[in-house]
Amino acid sequence: MTVPSVAERSAPDIDAPPILAVRGLWKVFGPKAESVVGSTLTRDELKQQNGCVAAVRDVSFEVRRGEVFVVMGLSGSGKSTLVRCLTRLIEPTAGEILLDGEDVRKADDRSLRELRRHRMAMVFQHFGLLPHRCVLHNVAFGLEIRGVSKRERYARAREVIELVGLNGFENSYPDQLSGGMQQRVGLARALAADPEVLLFDEPFSALDPLIRREMQNEVIRLHHEVGKTMVFITHDLSEALKLGDRILIMRDGELVQVGTPDQVVGAPADDYVRDFVSDIPRSDVLTLRWIMRPAQPGDPLDGPTLGPDVVIRDAVHAVLSAERPVRVMDGETLLGVVTSAEILEVIAGGPQA
Amino acid sequence: MTGRGEVVQSRGTVAMKPAKESQAKEGRVSAVAARVAARLPARGYLVVATLAVWVLGWALLRGRDTLALGGAELTPLHGGLNTGMDAIDDSRNSNPFFLYFINYIRLFIDEAVRFVQALISQPSFDRPVPVLGWLGVAGLATAIALLYGNRKVALLTAAGFLSFGVLGLWQESMDTLALTLTAVVLSLAVGIPLGVWAGLSDRFHRLVTPVLDFMQTMPTFVYLAPLTLFFLIGPASATVATMIYAIPPAIRITALGIRQVSPETLEAGTSMGATPAQALRLVRLPMAKQTIIVGVNQTIMAALSMATIAALIDAPGLGQTVLKALQTLDVGTAFNAGLAIVIMAVVLDRVTSAASRRVEVARRAGRLRTARGRRVEVAGVLGVAAVLGYLSYTYIWAAEFPADANLGPYVRRAADAASQWVQDSLVTYTDALKNLLTNALLNPFEKLLTGSPWWLVAAVAVVVILLVGSVRAALVATVGLLVLVLLGLWQDSMVTLASTLVATVLVMLLGMVVGVWMGRSDRVDTLLRPVLDAGQTMPAFVYLVPILGLFGPTRFTAIIAAVVFAAPVAIKLVAEGIRGVSATTVEAATSAGASAWQLISKVQLPMARSAVTLATSQGLIYVLSMVVVGGLVGAGALGYDVVAGFSQHQLRGKGLAAGLAIVVLGIVLDRVTRAATERADAAAHGGLHQR
Repeated sequence: MTVPSVAERSAPDIDAPPILAVRGLWKVFGPKAESVVGSTLTRDELKQQNGCVAAVRDVSFEVRRGEVFVVMGLSGSGKSTLVRCLTRLIEPTAGEILLDGEDVRKADDRSLRELRRHRMAMVFQHFGLLPHRCVLHNVAFGLEIRGVSKRERYARAREVIELVGLNGFENSYPDQLSGGMQQRVGLARALAADPEVLLFDEPFSALDPLIRREMQNEVIRLHHEVGKTMVFITHDLSEALKLGDRILIMRDGELVQVGTPDQVVGAPADDYVRDFVSDIPRSDVLTLRWIMRPAQPGDPLDGPTLGPDVVIRDAVHAVLSAERPVRVMDGETLLGVVTSAEILEVIAGGPQA
Repeated sequence: MTGRGEVVQSRGTVAMKPAKESQAKEGRVSAVAARVAARLPARGYLVVATLAVWVLGWALLRGRDTLALGGAELTPLHGGLNTGMDAIDDSRNSNPFFLYFINYIRLFIDEAVRFVQALISQPSFDRPVPVLGWLGVAGLATAIALLYGNRKVALLTAAGFLSFGVLGLWQESMDTLALTLTAVVLSLAVGIPLGVWAGLSDRFHRLVTPVLDFMQTMPTFVYLAPLTLFFLIGPASATVATMIYAIPPAIRITALGIRQVSPETLEAGTSMGATPAQALRLVRLPMAKQTIIVGVNQTIMAALSMATIAALIDAPGLGQTVLKALQTLDVGTAFNAGLAIVIMAVVLDRVTSAASRRVEVARRAGRLRTARGRRVEVAGVLGVAAVLGYLSYTYIWAAEFPADANLGPYVRRAADAASQWVQDSLVTYTDALKNLLTNALLNPFEKLLTGSPWWLVAAVAVVVILLVGSVRAALVATVGLLVLVLLGLWQDSMVTLASTLVATVLVMLLGMVVGVWMGRSDRVDTLLRPVLDAGQTMPAFVYLVPILGLFGPTRFTAIIAAVVFAAPVAIKLVAEGIRGVSATTVEAATSAGASAWQLISKVQLPMARSAVTLATSQGLIYVLSMVVVGGLVGAGALGYDVVAGFSQHQLRGKGLAAGLAIVVLGIVLDRVTRAATERADAAAHGGLHQR
């Protein structure tokens, strides 16, 4: 099938320089790691021949300012290693990591610490809170490390505690809080530093489904309110589709596909991704752009209009209740038309499924 | 590949192939299986055969090449050691190593101990009494227990300290406390930083672990005499000996605490830009705090235990009282002082345990109280303690424990009477037990060991170790046995070895029976565990007292004391092994209709095999250290040689050699049981060693 032009869902400015650019990143664990860089052997072959594990292989991508960039893959795909390479919690073997054009890999210990203190903050899967400190002191921890005065850091900590909805729990200890609440503390701790980029390493996998959904909404809300750039690691496709402006799919350390949610679902790069997205209700992700057909002579063109980026699910009612084909308009231009036939085909799991 | 692996694999293939083809395979399979099956019992037969050869050899060659050496006889080596030690003595004030290094350490430690003694136990600063009298010390100790522990342990502390006075042993108790506290402070000052280092650096951890292993397997008794060479008889040697014993737990447990810190929390710290120093101060240390306090508890208990044994090199305190009483077989006095030691052990243990729990509890309960409330409490408690201290500084009634309240003589007399009564009326039973064990187990075994030519014993030992252990262990044993011969103490070593092995057999019998019972029943566990815990916190020395009262001064007393001393460890380890057997396996066996006995013998014990061997190796080390201490109460051999070395100048060299022999025995026994443990483990995990 033909790939429709990219549809941008939200605000990020495509033309502005990326805030984070990763080029040709490799992380190899094992002896003589450097010599493996560039190798085309598969993972198993590498393991057999060199005793090395290539966790990340030649991954390149760019993250735009203000977007939520999701890295998705199954366990062992190298996604957690990838996100740790960004702040060199794990030292990459090769490649470039540019934060605002500055190479993170070239930073010395001191400037790397400065970068971690001010510009990037991370939220962890198992929270990584300090059990001997109350919520307030946990949130203020990053500022304490920076050397911010007591008064200032507690004031700032209270601000973010309020932001993540933990008012009244300032003096509680982590073991007195539920998992979801603990992760709010982790979130507040990361936000307290007011970083440019927030990194999330599977932050909600340890939570039960209801709380997970609540926390996902919380992230969406916070993204609206503070507008931070976020790099979000997950193994959960629906989470990726829900949160991501763009999604990077990894497999065995390699990048398989980067694209918007509707690109990933509508135009999977290979069978692996196709298999992955096969359970996703396409009408929830795809937009009208993906199913419209060119207007044919004889189509009545006086039906209702909708934008091309309207998700199919939201258009169902309008299209089915209209007596004439719905026109898909981008401003004044007619892009195509959608009728009940197209809608039903998607919902019934048409030929592409 | 292992034989067993092959069998399983080919059986898998057999099932899929047509019957005819499989028959040839079947033949090969069963041949392999037979070989594998034949291998294990064969080892057992070989061991039995070796032992049979030994008995035969003993019958034929009895009394030849036994390397006997009389109590006062010396070999040239012992004489040489004597001369060497004299030379060290003479060079104490001329050799730069002494002048600029050892002597300063000695002076520093001596002064430190004297200072603490001046504060709480000895007349000082031109006063007829110490700075703090009984009221002040008891008040301060109670205040500390209250502030760091809780009300319950504070009450216990007050009662405990008062009882020292009531037993008529106030000054001796304070001497022991002074020595223990000084050693603990110094041990922690060395141990915690090293522990933090070992927690942070893998390389240092690898380096220090074998050293700590060695320090802990060496029987405490052994390094006392050599230390006096360097630090002279007195507090300095006693403190250093105590430190050698008390530092390993401090290092180990601190390192453990530092290592246990969750890696994700650490990573969170790093991801926020914490420097290594910040990560240590703000993350690792606070999170390891509770574990480190457990280490402090262990250090204190070890120090107290050693501080009492150090009485052998003239360390002041309760140990002296016990030692003198043991030497004159004065059970009453020994019991009285032993009681004081037990009380001190219980108080110190409870207070530090409460302190380590408080780290946890305070966070939950104490956080409700304001910081101000805590400050008022601290000020109030310290104020009261200060007032009591001032009273005891100023008034004689608060400084010297009132003589009217001394119930020590009554306790002594009661203990004497009880011991006498027991010895008189239970003599039939105790004698029966004594004779049974002596004649049935100890004597034959000792005769076999001491009556055979040394080369026969050594050869049998090496072959058996090859069969049950490893080639390396056999090499260690060969070298060790040769060293024993060279030290001129072969026969004494064999006597000690006989007692040690017999006591270990008894420990393991007890350990298996009680351990299995405890592992299978929660009720028994809750009932016995506190008793065993208490047993383990007791200083080794104290065990001799009641058993001396029961059996009188013989080597049998030493053996029973060793059994009582080592049994708690063995029981606990076996019980843990039994508990560790997966519940599903037990359930599966039960549902297959196994009886309780079948369950124990076919499922639980085999699966707990490595725990049982570990219990044996630990039990052996404990037994050895106690059998040696038994030299004080009539057990002869190496322990006696060491003790005699303390008191008689011309026997110093022999005592040193005996100490070395004990260390060698310890190392060999440790290596052999470890090799056996490894083999048992490997066998339990698919027979890796069977080829």
